[in-house]
Amino acid sequence: MDNEQLDLAAIRKRLANRQGKTYWRSLNEVANTKSFQEFLHREFPDGASEWKDGVSRRNFLRLMGASMALAGLTACSSSSLDKIVPYVEQPEEVIPGKPLFYATAFLLGGVASGVVVESHTGRPTKIEGNPDHPASLGATDAFAQASILTLYDPDRAKRLFGKGMAPPTWEQFIEDFNASQAGREQGQGLRILSETITSPTLAQQFEDLLAQYPQAKWHQYEPVGQNSARLGAELAFGEMVSTQYHLDKAKVILALDSDFLTSGPGNVRYARDFMDGRRVADPEHGGHGGAEMNRLYSVESVYTNTGVASDHRLAMKAAEVELFARALASKLGVSVGGGDARGHNKWLDAVAEDLLEHAGECVIIPGDQQSPAVHALAHAMNEALGNVGSTVVHTESIEANPVDQMASLRELVDDMAAGQVETLIILGGNPAFDAPADIPFADQLANVPFSVHLGLYWDETSQGCLWHIPETHYLEAWSDARAYDGTVTIMQPLIEPLYADAKSAHELLAGLMGEVDATSHDIVQAYWKNQDTDGDFKAFWKKSLFDGYVEGSALAAKAVSVGASALAGAAPQVGSGLEITFRPDATIWDGRFANNGWLQELPKPLTKHTWDAVAKVSPATAERLGLANGDLIDLNYDGRTMQAPVMIVPGQPLDSINVQLGYGRTQAGRVGDGAGFDAYAIRTASTPWFGSGLELSPTGEKYPVAFSQEHHLMEGRDLVRMGTLAEYEENPHFVHEGIHHEDISMYPKFVYNGNAWGMTVDLSACIGCNACVVACQSENNIPIVGKDEVLNNREMHWLRIDSYFEGDLDQPQVVNQPVMCQHCENAPCEIVCPAAATTHSREGLNEMAYNRCIGTRYCINNCPYKVRRFNFFQYVDVDSETLAMQRNPDVTVRSRGVVEKCTYCVQRINEGRIAAKKENRPVADGEILTACQAACPTNAIVFGNIQDEQSQVAKLKANPLNYVILGESGFRPRTSYLARLSNPNPKLEEA
Amino acid sequence: MKQVFHPASNSIAKSLIVIVVLGLLGLGLIVSIFVRSPFMRQIGVAPEQPAAFSHEHHVGGLGLDCRYCHLNVEESSFAGIPSTDICMGCHSKIWNDSPALAPVVASYENDEPLVWNRVNRLADYAFFNHSIHINKGIGCETCHGRVDQMPLSRKVSTLAMEWCLECHRNRADYVRPREEVFTMGWEPSEDWKAQQPLLVEQYHVDVEQFEITDCSICHR
Repeated sequence: MDNEQLDLAAIRKRLANRQGKTYWRSLNEVANTKSFQEFLHREFPDGASEWKDGVSRRNFLRLMGASMALAGLTACSSSSLDKIVPYVEQPEEVIPGKPLFYATAFLLGGVASGVVVESHTGRPTKIEGNPDHPASLGATDAFAQASILTLYDPDRAKRLFGKGMAPPTWEQFIEDFNASQAGREQGQGLRILSETITSPTLAQQFEDLLAQYPQAKWHQYEPVGQNSARLGAELAFGEMVSTQYHLDKAKVILALDSDFLTSGPGNVRYARDFMDGRRVADPEHGGHGGAEMNRLYSVESVYTNTGVASDHRLAMKAAEVELFARALASKLGVSVGGGDARGHNKWLDAVAEDLLEHAGECVIIPGDQQSPAVHALAHAMNEALGNVGSTVVHTESIEANPVDQMASLRELVDDMAAGQVETLIILGGNPAFDAPADIPFADQLANVPFSVHLGLYWDETSQGCLWHIPETHYLEAWSDARAYDGTVTIMQPLIEPLYADAKSAHELLAGLMGEVDATSHDIVQAYWKNQDTDGDFKAFWKKSLFDGYVEGSALAAKAVSVGASALAGAAPQVGSGLEITFRPDATIWDGRFANNGWLQELPKPLTKHTWDAVAKVSPATAERLGLANGDLIDLNYDGRTMQAPVMIVPGQPLDSINVQLGYGRTQAGRVGDGAGFDAYAIRTASTPWFGSGLELSPTGEKYPVAFSQEHHLMEGRDLVRMGTLAEYEENPHFVHEGIHHEDISMYPKFVYNGNAWGMTVDLSACIGCNACVVACQSENNIPIVGKDEVLNNREMHWLRIDSYFEGDLDQPQVVNQPVMCQHCENAPCEIVCPAAATTHSREGLNEMAYNRCIGTRYCINNCPYKVRRFNFFQYVDVDSETLAMQRNPDVTVRSRGVVEKCTYCVQRINEGRIAAKKENRPVADGEILTACQAACPTNAIVFGNIQDEQSQVAKLKANPLNYVILGESGFRPRTSYLARLSNPNPKLEEA
Repeated sequence: MKQVFHPASNSIAKSLIVIVVLGLLGLGLIVSIFVRSPFMRQIGVAPEQPAAFSHEHHVGGLGLDCRYCHLNVEESSFAGIPSTDICMGCHSKIWNDSPALAPVVASYENDEPLVWNRVNRLADYAFFNHSIHINKGIGCETCHGRVDQMPLSRKVSTLAMEWCLECHRNRADYVRPREEVFTMGWEPSEDWKAQQPLLVEQYHVDVEQFEITDCSICHR
């Protein structure tokens, strides 16, 4: 919809005048402008059913007529295309029609999380978490879920590339490399630049390589990662240890600008442990037990998922967080000066008191986007509180070679400028795109005579290199890596490399050392053969692959203590004026997932924008500067400029503007090219995460941001409910107070004799991480539609996460609510379908028979929950061969003109039911997991048979917190919600 | 003024209306009969195959069990088409130089799979599972016919939705003893009428409790 200049003062007034709790999804909704009302009352925006690609509707119909006629003709020929191709020798374990599952690990920032990959006759199709892996416990994040799409991305680099050469061979490359090293046998001028590496095998290979070429140097750089944590640990302890948290033991948690629930190593495990400490609801009725509920305080400069989950959130400029931490530290008995609560003394006192009360059972978590000093302060405070050893554990670094990566890159680029680098091997990463603006990596690359890039894509860095070697995807090659706690997974491939030229980092390093034909398998196995594996290597190897981790490989706790001089540094000056903060993008991360359509179109948490980076501005700042949503502005910082559209985000700190890294790619591929604006253009090495002195200048232009927050609105009815632990203890039924509706219907009630499927979603547990949304997309063959189509409300996600703001415009609280088809017992969609395409099953499923659907969209119109989606066009890419390989063979691929929606993963229900019926037994509770449920890090989604009183879902439905949305309308939805409970500190409540 | 229409016009117009309506109905009827016809459904058509495999010889003549080649039929949705090495298990010893077998031998030697033409094709949006049908006592021949009498495999059922539903609605009538599932030409014994309800109960073909005519049983 159009973005008018909003009258924020009026919005404030409106919010102030509302009584009780009121929830709103966007500023436009509160302002309730005329254009918003019109937008709301149209199912799709004006002109949404027209095709705007220069072909008129009439023209389109004529074209369609022709293709229909042709389609009719082809239908007459017999099914000549149907072939069956059996194996020549069928592998013993393969049963066509039944998937196999293999354990491996997904890496982000070099750190592993265990996954189990579903494979249909040799074709990996779906990522699940590995229940036995400590970093997963069966769940995944959105990145791991989407990584399967990257494997099949038709834009991946396919051929070995050498500048100005006819397509070269691997042997030719090795020859050229050796020739380039002639006369420099000691490796003079040889540099290797890698991302963060935790792989033990790769570490060994680096060691061997540096032994062979003693003059060579290994540099590391990753734009988004743990550099502050490394430097903070060095500052505190004098060495770069890794730190992990045991949130299951924590009663009070303080996040210092940290989004530990959804980013960084171990986030999936942390989310599980954190939520398990919050399930206090009546254990008799499906509560997970535990009488005490933990409490989370969050001080942050950008509204993150962790901020949403917190009981108390304080929005603060990033630069002030260190001052706040200093003030807190001195309250906790750490001798450090320079503290300043920035006017939040009451808050500070309450947190300090709470932490002290729970000494040894609390934890302070510093954010990866904070300064090293904040990390050192957090270490000191955790030590002072006696948390080390209980909630905080330090280990040897999980990385092969922890270094200050910013310094490492700078050293490399300085040497490149000085002409000292003859040969540069870049193992993964995309430094030409994502190096800081004041380290001119891309420019200096031209100075390197022999440059090689190993990467999945022919990207910005490949462009500047002499050679590009296509890299194998992690599902195509053997490797190994460590998880957040050091646990090693030996990664096994699920499929032969799709492209024969592809090499893994192991193979490239081996090639540089003269082992031209070594395979990843042999290299990884050879490493592990040299390790102590209790004698029986074969058994060790088999067990490690089967389990998905090497038993006992977690790193032992390491005793370190904060050094005396650690906190001697002076407190930083908080600059006046506007602050800029940089964050990795919530879905495409540092830009590496830019060509992954699932992640591009995934609505970012809270703001729900897709396909773009935005400048997040607080309402008050926008008011002061006269900015409106969608205004294109120039951000001038430190002599450099980028453009970005404004997005007003309630809860953003005053005078702090956030931009996200990773957008503005020029060589990403067909999906990522040209999407968004490049924030690396103004990011410098000295202020990688925040800095002050930003200047804004409006360009006067508007820029459309595809933003799904206002799509599928349910007109502000009583959809989310929340309360506090105190309210719950006083009256467990508080959710239902004052709400009464009779269950009457003109239609006879359905009688359910067998299974009756139902679902509960715990709003307390939902952290808005989006893993379920991508899991659903991956399981159910849901297409992406592109930015223009999202602007037209045509996104296809079956499962959306609505975010509701509550309270004050400047410090609002947020509740997430995942909404998928509610499977109403009295479903309004079923009775309006003229083709009987959507019907009711005897198990209570609201079914969708795609082949009957004629696309009237009456059902969409009649759905009160707005969960049905229509294929306006042929969104599914049927031409790319590789993408077809990803699709789930158990789910129909829908074509143009068909309505679709959540089915409760009916293919999984059928599979589970058939398995049970073959054994003449009922389906066991927990036997069927929907895709969203399986992916959820916090077990917020529970699915099962509500007829079975012993099932977890039935118990949760009996919980007093259970409610259904739009209950007064009598649809009897099968999906219900557990109201959100928070645990605020009474001392802060009184305010 | 002269009359524009002849007195017979009324009758002609009326009868034309009747003829047009009847004609449209008739056309509809013809079309609906035509799409159900064995011709459209390719009943009895035996597609050409890379090797002239005879079920008549292997099943009827030699008495091979279905599962000898269709390995997965009891476990998986897909019955399984035998891999070449299963053929060669016997044919490396017998008839290995027969010209009829040449494509099979070539496949094995060159490690190139045989490419068979599908006989029974189900629409993409319908999902069928062999294993549950076998398990609940539905015989192979119920859908596939007397393959022991087919020199070349051909389709015998329409595979139309109404054909599936006929059985799903009256499934008790189609159940046979599990040990007879793979039998060709099975004849019910004399006391079958009394036995059948017992089997239906024993196999949990729960007619009451569970309705398998729901759309999502096959469409998903």
